[in-house]
Amino acid sequence: MDIRHSEFLPSLHCPPFVGPLPVSHVSFSSACPIPLPGSPSLHRGLHPSREEKRDSRMAEEKKLKLSNTVLPSESMKVVAESMGIAQIQEETCQLLTDEVSYRIKEIAQDALKFMHMGKRQKLTTSDIDYALKLKNVEPLYGFHAQEFIPFRFASGGGRELYFYEEKEVDLSDIINTPLPRVPLDVCLKAHWLSIEGCQPAIPENPPPAPKEQQKAEATEPLKSAKPGQEEDGPLKGKGQGATTADGKGKEKKAPPLLDGAPLRLKPRSIHELSVEQQLYYKEITEACVGSCEAKRAEALQSIATDPGLYQMLPRFSTFISEGVRVNVVQNNLALLIYLMRMVKALMDNPTLYLEKYVHELIPAVMTCIVSRQLCLRPDVDNHWALRDFAARLVAQICKHFSTTTNNIQSRITKTFTKSWVDEKTPWTTRYGSIAGLAELGHDVIKTLILPRLQQEGERIRSVLDGPVLSNIDRIGADHVQSLLLKHCAPVLAKLRPPPDNQDAYRAEFGSLGPLLCSHVVKARAQAALQAQQVNRTTLTITQVLSLSTSAPGSGSTTTSPVTTTVPSVQPIVKLVSTATTAPPSTAPSGPGSVQKYIVVSLPPTGEGKGGPTSHPSPVPPPASSPSPLSGSALCGGKQEPGDSPPPAPGTPKTNGSQPNSGSPQPAP
Amino acid sequence: MAALAEEQTEVAVKLEPEGPPTLLPPQAGDGAGEGSGGTTNNGPNGGGGNVAASSSTGGDGGTPKPTVAVSAAAPAGAAPVPAAAPDAGAPHDRQTLLAVLQFLRQSNLREAEEALRREARLLEEAVAGSGAPGEVDSAGAEVTSALLSRVTASAPGPAAPDPPGTGASGATVVSGSASGPAAPGKVGSVAVEDQPDVSAVLSAYNQQGDPTMYEEYYSGLKHFIECSLDCHRAELSQLFYPLFVHMYLELVYNQHENEAKSFFEKFHGDQECYYQDDLRVLSSLTKKEHMKGNETMLDFRTSKFVLRISRDSYQLLKRHLQEKQNNQIWNIVQEHLYIDIFDGMPRSKQQIDAMVGSLAGEAKREANKSKVFFGLLKEPEIEVPLDDEDEEGENEEGKPKKKKPKKDSIGSKSKKQDPNAPPQNRIPLPELKDSDKLDKIMNMKETTKRVRLGPDCLPSICFYTFLNAYQGLTAVDVTDDSSLIAGGFADSTVRVWSVTPKKLRSVKQASDLSLIDKESDDVLERIMDEKTASELKILYGHSGPVYGASFSPDRNYLLSSSEDGTVRLWSLQTFTCLVGYKGHNYPVWDTQFSPYGYYFVSGGHDRVARLWATDHYQPLRIFAGHLADVNCTRFHPNSNYVATGSADRTVRLWDVLNGNCVRIFTGHKGPIHSLTFSPNGRFLATGATDGRVLLWDIGHGLMVGELKGHTDTVCSLRFSRDGEILASGSMDNTVRLWDAIKAFEDLETDDFTTATGHINLPENSQELLLGTYMTKSTPVVHLHFTRRNLVLAAGAYSPQ
Repeated sequence: MDIRHSEFLPSLHCPPFVGPLPVSHVSFSSACPIPLPGSPSLHRGLHPSREEKRDSRMAEEKKLKLSNTVLPSESMKVVAESMGIAQIQEETCQLLTDEVSYRIKEIAQDALKFMHMGKRQKLTTSDIDYALKLKNVEPLYGFHAQEFIPFRFASGGGRELYFYEEKEVDLSDIINTPLPRVPLDVCLKAHWLSIEGCQPAIPENPPPAPKEQQKAEATEPLKSAKPGQEEDGPLKGKGQGATTADGKGKEKKAPPLLDGAPLRLKPRSIHELSVEQQLYYKEITEACVGSCEAKRAEALQSIATDPGLYQMLPRFSTFISEGVRVNVVQNNLALLIYLMRMVKALMDNPTLYLEKYVHELIPAVMTCIVSRQLCLRPDVDNHWALRDFAARLVAQICKHFSTTTNNIQSRITKTFTKSWVDEKTPWTTRYGSIAGLAELGHDVIKTLILPRLQQEGERIRSVLDGPVLSNIDRIGADHVQSLLLKHCAPVLAKLRPPPDNQDAYRAEFGSLGPLLCSHVVKARAQAALQAQQVNRTTLTITQVLSLSTSAPGSGSTTTSPVTTTVPSVQPIVKLVSTATTAPPSTAPSGPGSVQKYIVVSLPPTGEGKGGPTSHPSPVPPPASSPSPLSGSALCGGKQEPGDSPPPAPGTPKTNGSQPNSGSPQPAP
Repeated sequence: MAALAEEQTEVAVKLEPEGPPTLLPPQAGDGAGEGSGGTTNNGPNGGGGNVAASSSTGGDGGTPKPTVAVSAAAPAGAAPVPAAAPDAGAPHDRQTLLAVLQFLRQSNLREAEEALRREARLLEEAVAGSGAPGEVDSAGAEVTSALLSRVTASAPGPAAPDPPGTGASGATVVSGSASGPAAPGKVGSVAVEDQPDVSAVLSAYNQQGDPTMYEEYYSGLKHFIECSLDCHRAELSQLFYPLFVHMYLELVYNQHENEAKSFFEKFHGDQECYYQDDLRVLSSLTKKEHMKGNETMLDFRTSKFVLRISRDSYQLLKRHLQEKQNNQIWNIVQEHLYIDIFDGMPRSKQQIDAMVGSLAGEAKREANKSKVFFGLLKEPEIEVPLDDEDEEGENEEGKPKKKKPKKDSIGSKSKKQDPNAPPQNRIPLPELKDSDKLDKIMNMKETTKRVRLGPDCLPSICFYTFLNAYQGLTAVDVTDDSSLIAGGFADSTVRVWSVTPKKLRSVKQASDLSLIDKESDDVLERIMDEKTASELKILYGHSGPVYGASFSPDRNYLLSSSEDGTVRLWSLQTFTCLVGYKGHNYPVWDTQFSPYGYYFVSGGHDRVARLWATDHYQPLRIFAGHLADVNCTRFHPNSNYVATGSADRTVRLWDVLNGNCVRIFTGHKGPIHSLTFSPNGRFLATGATDGRVLLWDIGHGLMVGELKGHTDTVCSLRFSRDGEILASGSMDNTVRLWDAIKAFEDLETDDFTTATGHINLPENSQELLLGTYMTKSTPVVHLHFTRRNLVLAAGAYSPQ
C-alpha cells in the first residue's frame, strides 16, 4: 500500500485551511480508506479457499472498521475560524464534518480510478484533480508534489496538531540559483527479458534470486523450501506477513509440509554453471589476482555490482578461502590483499546474500588479520594495512550476519581476546587482534581494550625502552601503540569529562597515559572544530541526498562530497553526538542515516592516506606492489560509505540506488 | 434465419450512407446511472443524451430525432427479441412497448407515439390499463403469500413479468427501444415528470419496518442459513450480501442513522471479501442526502441483483420466510433481487464462488443464450504461392472439436466457411487496398518463419523500457508488424517511436508535393520529406492523460483516447491530428481499432462503449449496460463483436450489428483492466485488479479457466499468433506465460454444463504456468506477439 494520504491531502486542504489543522492522525488515515487491490490483504482475500475464509473475513473486519470514521468536528471549527467565522455551533460542525468526510471519501475513491488507469501504485495530486473534475468541481491548481510530504506534529495546550509545513521561499533565492539540469527526455530501451524461457542475468533484469530469497533460504531453509509453490507462495506469504502474526504464518505453512510432496522440502540448487558463467568466472578470478590493476578494478566492480552471481558464489568463496590458505603459507602479501578485496566486493554486491558462505570466508579473513606472518619481509612490507582492511571486513561481516543463533560476533571477539591475552603472542598477531576488536565498535573498545591498556602499555614500553631484542618486535610494538592510541582516544574523549590531566591518565593507563592524554586532547579539539563543520556538512549532505532521491544515480554523488569536504577528520565520536543532537527529532530515518554515514566513512580516508606513503613496500610482483595497497586502502575508503550504515545492505535505499546506477539508466 | 437476413440488409444500408445511422439513444439509462451528471432532463432529447443532443440542430430538431429512433426501433425491437427468446416473446415485448409509449407520451411526442401504436397495434386503453408494471410490483408487495405463489409460478419461465428485469439484461432491447436501459428507473416512475430519477428510484424504500428490528431480521436469516444443510448453505449464503446492502440502504434512506451504523458495524464482516470495495462506498454513505449522487447506490437500486439458486434451496428459503412472517426481508427479495431458479442439484461453494463477484450478481442464464458467430471471416484470396497461415488458423479451430480435424482445415480454406463464422458481409467491411494486400503477403511470408510455441519452446521476450517517463506512461500500442510503438503519457502527449531502422517521416508540404512527378514508380517514396526523419514523433493535442492508444491495421492512423473526453485520430503520414471524436463527456479509458480498420470502439467513465467509424463524427452504436466505467474494449478478430471489461466486474460481449449485449461474463472480483481474444475467436481472456486471469468460451458462454499467479492488476494480455501461449503482464512487474492449449484442452462443454452454466474449474494454474519473468520495477503495460511469435513487452521504469 503505497498511498500516503499526506500526498494528496495537502492539496485538498491547502486553499481552504489556512491555519494548521487540528486533525488527529488516526482520523486522517482512516478518512481515506483507500482500497488498493494491490495490497496484500486483499489478495489473500481473493482466494478464499474454504479454510482461509474466516481468516480473511476477520482481517477485513479490522480494515473496514477503520473506514467509518470522520474528521473531528474540531477541524471544522478551526477552518471556520480561519475563514473569519468565530462562533460556530457544535451541531453545525457535526453536520459539516459528516458532509466533508463523505465528500473527501468520495473524491478519494474516484481518484483511485485515475491511479489505476494511470498504471501507478501511488496516488498523486493530479489524480485528485481529475476526480474533482469528474464531479464538475474546479480542480486545485498548482499542487504538484511529486514526493512524499511528511506531516509535522506539534502539541501544546492540550491540543495535538498535525500540519504540513510550508516554508517561506525567498523569490530572489529562486531567481539567483542556477537553473537545474533539464530532465532527460523519455526514451525507449530494449533488452531481453527472457530468451526462450530463460531470463538472462543482465543488469536490466532483476537478480535471479533476490536477496530476500537467498536470506530466507539461508536462515530458514524450511520456510523457503517450496520452490514449486513459489508462484502462489508470495501471494499468501505476503498477505500473512503483512497482517497476521508470524505464528499464524507458520500454521498455514505446516499443512503443505505434512501432506504436500516431501520432495519439495529441499530447495533445488543448481550447481552447474553455463558456459558463459564458467568463462566469466575464469576471467574474473584471473583478473582479480592478475597483475593488471585496471583489469582488477573492473573485475571487482563487476563482482560488486552485477546481479546474477548468485550461482557462482560457492566457487568464489572456495576460491578465496583456498587462495588465502595457499598464500599465507607462501607469504604472498599482494595476493592476500587481492583476495580480501574480492571479499569486500562480494560483500558490497547488493544482490548477494553471503550467509551461507560465511563459514568459509571468516577463517580466511581472520587469517589475514591475525596470522603471525603475512609477508616475506615483515620489517619492510606494510602488512599492517592488510590487517586493518581485513579487520574492517570482519567487523562488516559481524554487523551483517551475526545473529543470536550463530553468535558470530561473540565468537570472533573471543578469538581475538584469547590471542591478545596470551603472553606469547607475537606483535603481529597482537596488532591484528586489537585491530579486529577495535573495528567492532566503541562498546567493544570500552569493555575489552580500555581495561587492558595499562598492561599493554607496560608491554610496549618494555619493548620500546628496553634493550633492543629485534627490530621486528620494535616495529610491531610501535604499530600496536599507535593503533591503540588511534582507537582509544576518541572513545576516551567521549567517556571522560574534559579536563585532561596527564597524571590522571598516567594513573589510570600506566605508561601509555601521557600519550593517550595528548591524543584525547587532540581528539577533542578536532571534535570541536568538527562540530562547527558538522552543521554545514550535514546540511550539504542532506541536500545531496534529497537530490539523489529525485535524480537516480546517487551512489557516487553522495560519497564524493563526504570525502572531499571532510578530508581528515579524526574525532569521529564527537561528530556523532553533535550531529544527532543538531537536527532534533525531525524525520527519524533520513538524516539519522546520513550522520552515521559520515562517521563511518571518515577513518578509512585518513588511514588510506597514511598507509601507502609511509610504507612503500617492494613485494613480489614489483611493478604493481604499491598499487594493491593503495588500491585496497582506497577501495576501503571509497566503498565503505556505500554500505557502512548498519542496516545498509538490507535497506531499500542502497538497494534502490544500486540498480539505478547499474541499469536501465541510459547513457545521456 | 429469415429475420437475420432481413437485418443484415437493413444494417448494411444503415452503415453505408453518410446519413447518421444512429439508431439508439440509450443514454437515458446511462444517465440514470450517472445521476449527478445532470441527466435529470426527461425532455424531448432526454433519451438522446449526447448523441441526440449533439446532432439536433436548434429547438425543432428534437421532434424528428425520436421519430427516427422509434421507426428504427419498431422493426428491430420486434424482430430480435423473439429470435433471442422465442418463448418469452409476447409479454416481454409488450412491456417494452408500453414503456416506450409511456416515455413518448411524457415527452409530448404525439406523432411518434401514434406511429408506434399503430405499428404495434396497441390500444390506448391497454396502455392506460396496465399502467406501469413496476408499480404493480411494489404496490402488491404487501400480500406476501400471494406474491410468493406468483413468483414460484413465474420464476421458472425465463422471463419474469417484471420489466426492470428485462431492462437489466437490457441489451436485448437496447437497440430497439429508446428507453430500454432506462426501464428500471423509468417504468416505476413515469408519473413523476420533473423529479430526478433518483427520487423515483429511492421511493421504493419508502415503506419501512421497525428500524430496530432489522438486525434481528438479518441475524435471524443468518442463523437459519447457517443451520441449513451444507448443500443449501452455500447457495443461500449468496443472499447475505444483497440483503445486507438493501437493508442498510433502507435504514439510511429512512434516516435511522444510528441503526444503520450499528447494522453495518455488526454485519459487514460477514460479507465476502471481494465486495469490500463496494462496502467501503456504502460505509461512507450515512445520510439520506448522500444517496442522491451516489453511483454505486444507484446501481443497486436500478438493477436487480441476480442470484442463481436451485429450486430446493429456494423452497427452503421461502418456507422459512413464510413461517417467520419475515415481510421485511421478503419485500427486499421481491423488489430488489432477481432469483434465477434452476432445477437440479444445488451448486457447490466452489461453483458459486467462481461466478459471483460482480456488482449486480451473476448473469442471468438466458443472457448468455443467444448465438454468437465466433468463427473467423474467410481471408480474401491473394495469389501467394505458399500460404500455410490459414491452415494453422483453422487447425486451431478444429482441434478441440476432435471430429473434423484436418479435412476441414484444408478444405475450408478455399471453399467452405467456418460454420461458426458470421456471413462475410454481416458487417460491411472496408475494401482491401493494394497496400493491405502487400501487407498480407508480408504477413504470410513472416508466418512461414514463425516459431511454433509450446511448453517446451517458450517465446523470447524483448522488453521495451520507457526510461525517464516521469510524466507517467499510461498506454502503449505496437503495430501488427511490430515496426512502431506508441506511448500515451499522463502529460497529454502521444509519442510514436520507430523500432526499426526505418525512420519516421512525414509527407512533404503541399507546395513541394506539386513538384513531384506523379507518374514515377517511386512516387510513394518521393512524397516523403527526408528532413523530417526521426525516430520519435510527438503528437500534441490532448488536454489530459492519454489512457488508450491503438494503431490502425494499415499503420496509417493512430487513435488515442484521453481524460479530456475525446478520442483523437492521428495521421501517421503527416503526424497531425485529423479528427477529435467527441461523445464521451468523461474520461475515455480505452479505444481500439477494428482488425479490419475503419471501425473503432471506445469506452469510458460514462459507462458506455461506443462504436465509431473513422469517417463519422458521431458514434454508430452505443453499447450501454455496464453499471460502472468501461475500462477496456476489444474487437473480436472477426470484427462482428466487441468485448468490454468494466469496473462493475463484468465482461460483456456486444454485437456490432445490432448493438445487443450477447454475453455477460461474471466471476471477476475486481475491476477488469485487460481483455484479449484468442486468435481463433473462440475464447476470451480477461484480467482484473484481483490479479487473476479468467478464460471464457464465447460460444457456450462459460467460464473455462482461471489462472492465478499475479499479485496485482493484470494490465495486459495477449495470445500468441497461433494461440498456444497466453502472455499476461501485470502491475506486479512480471510477465507470465501460460499454456493456453492445455487450458482449453478438456473443456466441460457437455450439454448439462452448457444448459445450467455450472462449471467446475480445475485448480491447475500451477501446471499451466510456463514461466514467470520479473522486470526491474517496471509494470508491464503492454504485450505484443510479433508475427514470428516473439513477445514484445513494454512498460515504464519507475524508480522507487
